[in-house]
Amino acid sequence: MPKDELKELHLVGTRPDRPDGLDKVTGRARYGADISAPGMLWAAVVRSPHAHARILKIDSTKAEALDGVKAVVTRADFPTGLTGEDWNLQENTMAGEVALYDGHAVAAVAATSALIAQEAARLIEVDYEVLPHVTDVDDAIKPDAPAIRPGAADASVPEGMPPNVVRYIEFGHGDVAAGFDDADLVMEKSYKTEATHQGYIEPHACLGQLGEDGRGEMWVCTQGHWFIRRMCTAVLGIEAAQLRVTPSEIGGGFGGKTTIFMEPLSLALSRKAGGRPVKLVMSRSEVLRATGPTASASMDVKIGMKKDGSITAGRAEFRMQGGAFPDAPVDMALYCAFAGYKMPAVEHIGYDVLANRPKCAAYRAPGSPMGAFAVESLVDEMSRDLGLDPIDVRLKNAVVEGDRASYGPKFGSIGLVECLEAAKAHPNLQAPLGPNQGRGVACGYWFNHGGETSVSMAISEDGTAQVSIGTPDIGGLRASIALMTAETLGIPYEDVRVNVVETGALGVNEPTHGSRATFASGLGAVEAARQAIGEMCKRAANEWGIDAEAVEWVDGAAQPAGPNAGKFPPMTIAEIAGKMGSTGGPISGHHESVPEGVGASFGTHVVDVEVDPETGRTTILRYLVVQDAGRAIHPSYVEGQYQGGAAQGIGWALNEEYVYGEDGRLQNPIFLDYRVPVASDLPMIDTVIVEVPNPGHPYGVRGVGETGITPPLPAIANAIHAATGARMRHLPMTPAKVLAALKA
Amino acid sequence: MSKIHVTTTVNGDEVEFLADPRETLLDCLRDKLGMTGSKEGCGTGDCGACSVTLDGTLVCSCLVLGVEADGKQVGTIEGVAEGGVLHPLQKKFIEHAALQCGFCTPGILVAAKALLEQNPNPTETEVRYWLAGNLCRCTGYDKIVRAVMDAAADLRGEAA
Amino acid sequence: MVAVNLWSSLTRFTDGARVVEIEATTVAEVLNGLVTAYPGLAPIIEGGVSVVIDGDVASGRHTPVAPENEVFLMQRLKGG
Repeated sequence: MPKDELKELHLVGTRPDRPDGLDKVTGRARYGADISAPGMLWAAVVRSPHAHARILKIDSTKAEALDGVKAVVTRADFPTGLTGEDWNLQENTMAGEVALYDGHAVAAVAATSALIAQEAARLIEVDYEVLPHVTDVDDAIKPDAPAIRPGAADASVPEGMPPNVVRYIEFGHGDVAAGFDDADLVMEKSYKTEATHQGYIEPHACLGQLGEDGRGEMWVCTQGHWFIRRMCTAVLGIEAAQLRVTPSEIGGGFGGKTTIFMEPLSLALSRKAGGRPVKLVMSRSEVLRATGPTASASMDVKIGMKKDGSITAGRAEFRMQGGAFPDAPVDMALYCAFAGYKMPAVEHIGYDVLANRPKCAAYRAPGSPMGAFAVESLVDEMSRDLGLDPIDVRLKNAVVEGDRASYGPKFGSIGLVECLEAAKAHPNLQAPLGPNQGRGVACGYWFNHGGETSVSMAISEDGTAQVSIGTPDIGGLRASIALMTAETLGIPYEDVRVNVVETGALGVNEPTHGSRATFASGLGAVEAARQAIGEMCKRAANEWGIDAEAVEWVDGAAQPAGPNAGKFPPMTIAEIAGKMGSTGGPISGHHESVPEGVGASFGTHVVDVEVDPETGRTTILRYLVVQDAGRAIHPSYVEGQYQGGAAQGIGWALNEEYVYGEDGRLQNPIFLDYRVPVASDLPMIDTVIVEVPNPGHPYGVRGVGETGITPPLPAIANAIHAATGARMRHLPMTPAKVLAALKA
Repeated sequence: MSKIHVTTTVNGDEVEFLADPRETLLDCLRDKLGMTGSKEGCGTGDCGACSVTLDGTLVCSCLVLGVEADGKQVGTIEGVAEGGVLHPLQKKFIEHAALQCGFCTPGILVAAKALLEQNPNPTETEVRYWLAGNLCRCTGYDKIVRAVMDAAADLRGEAA
Repeated sequence: MVAVNLWSSLTRFTDGARVVEIEATTVAEVLNGLVTAYPGLAPIIEGGVSVVIDGDVASGRHTPVAPENEVFLMQRLKGG
């Protein structure tokens, strides 16, 4: 959409109260664990205490003898013969022959109370044969590492690779060797990032019911209930349409609630307990031990740079473990690593490696933060060695529309240069720095995603509108959908009710993931509203006895398109809707698509830190997020995405990591030890919303959810270097690690 | 295990329930009284999503046994709005977009209300340290801190 | 003919070719044509790939392609 059209918007870009705000500040909003049902049972899960162990025998005799126990399930209660990702999902839901990580489910029980279920779980006896394990990515890729799943490698892996390499990728373009020869400075460094957890505050929870006839229902906290339906029915061998899934309000997801972990267990237990509903709520330690952490990464990066800062060539070799299952986002990490730079020559190599850890799930721009940590750290290091300003170096190499991306295709409309310029102009860059203080800069990238989308909109008898969407509202989505719908229809924001509906009410929707919900459901809502507008113009034309083409829609009313169309006063949406029952029936609009034109989003972060030379503790003094939103529909929630992404990135950079002991067990499965940032760790997080409209969306939207987690990792490392001279190449940059680096 | 009869007052209303001595106050509020506004995020007193007041003292209800509430006054998120009128904190949280997923919000509101009752004019640092026991993973705390400061100003009768 | 840019580790299935010419007018024909010409690519393509046409991820198998388009095969893109 051209910029001058955007100027005429009345609602898009304003900051009204979110429609679900009242429910969420009063405790009325119902999340995953907040629903109960008549006859409901409670479930508990038995989990492997070993990182790698053959399951010799499971004896549930004592548990089943306990009063109140109604069902016990093991893998024997699931169908066999699944393949590919369906098998992975089933195996991760409930271990088969071998427990693959500390926390892997091996049995589950349902009873009349939570306490009885927990006691019964303790009474289930499991005999294990402990097997050798490996948890670190660099150990897991060794040729003599314990082979975790022989035969799991896909066709991309050439003969002769180490046993735990399950996917291999190589891509690039140009003459890399010539590029390095051509450079004035060539540097090559190695980096490591540890696994982190999405850390949503709401543990996974569901209430499942499944009858012997294969019909069932589920209430669940999820980013995408059609994904839940597809995965649960595949794992249980039932028909998709027979499972009706209703999404609860969702207490955070960040990618971690786009898949299943324990949901099929509640259905399997229900089926075995005569169809009684079964509630299953994870504890925090179950969440940390057995649900979606990120991959951990070990990375080598080499860059060639001219004295003026222009990059001549780059090479990245990344190794990532994503648990005992394939799908560490090594490909995405590599795609994003050099995405901000014009690369005359670049080479990428990636290894997806198995380790005895939980199956990784997506986490906000999956892979991108790791790649950015390595590349943006090295670019900073080289810029400083050459005496160049890090923002200027990025501007010198920044990709613009039409440039070839490091991963191959050419970029459409993007706003990296605009972000860098806005960062450069921000007052934070003029703030004076004291002793032990330093400033760091870094950029980040995410593709964003369209995905399967189905939206329905109906006009009510009084001229108000209801919109049915299939993407759960995880951070203000209802507000942005209502704004776009009201803008399109020309009615007040308050006249639109947005409902997140269950699987029975719409066609398939992908989850709220890939930064797609405002983009794709928003596009769907606008298109559905336009369809309804067409119908309303037709009804008005019929009433006036003129051609529908001679009617236009202005400010919520039909009116003759010009003097030749006839002289009639505008007919408002309320007037048209009030008569719709006698003018042809309900007026609605629908939209189904996999939208193209997904606008990619770049961002630039600037952080000031102070490092305590005595303790090595890093304090964030100032933080600035600049990111391209295309068009901010509700700027407060765009800022919220920027601030939240930055805070998660800050946690990843400074505190958070999965710590495994020699025994392969997770050492820190509670929030006391897996320490996410708290209010006193952070300053205010300043934001600048850059708006380079995305031509692929009617209001110019780009997804904004993910990019913001990417730059903090390198930006903070760069700031710590500026403050102390110590270059940190292994996350998290804990006080102990920084102190050791200061003393080195 | 035999259950214990508990009589307590929640948001001013007298209530009774039978508690297993192992059950937490949070479990009793949610599962016996149907008051699901208080949330369990960790069960170990680290996240603050279950924050309530017990005789006016801010506590994590996951660290209090249900039987300990006997004869006491419990205040939960369901009682923060009085007579259908939102507390200024609730209004400011909506106005400032201080919630995204909203799961931590009940605990943060209860905790922030307890802060403002004893310190009507907190500094930003005081707000941040008071709320350091309430985890929010969505917002980065910026808008939460602003909303609390603004609500405090509102309660003091100052224009923000 | 449409020129399809592959990622370089796929050259082991295409006799070393990084760019292969496929007779195709749709994404489906690109994918089917790749498998016909280079059967070793079948498991990779079945495993899930994204076809990027002039910088945009194609929405489906029926998206048209023409010789003037720049076509890249990428690993399936996903998000959090």
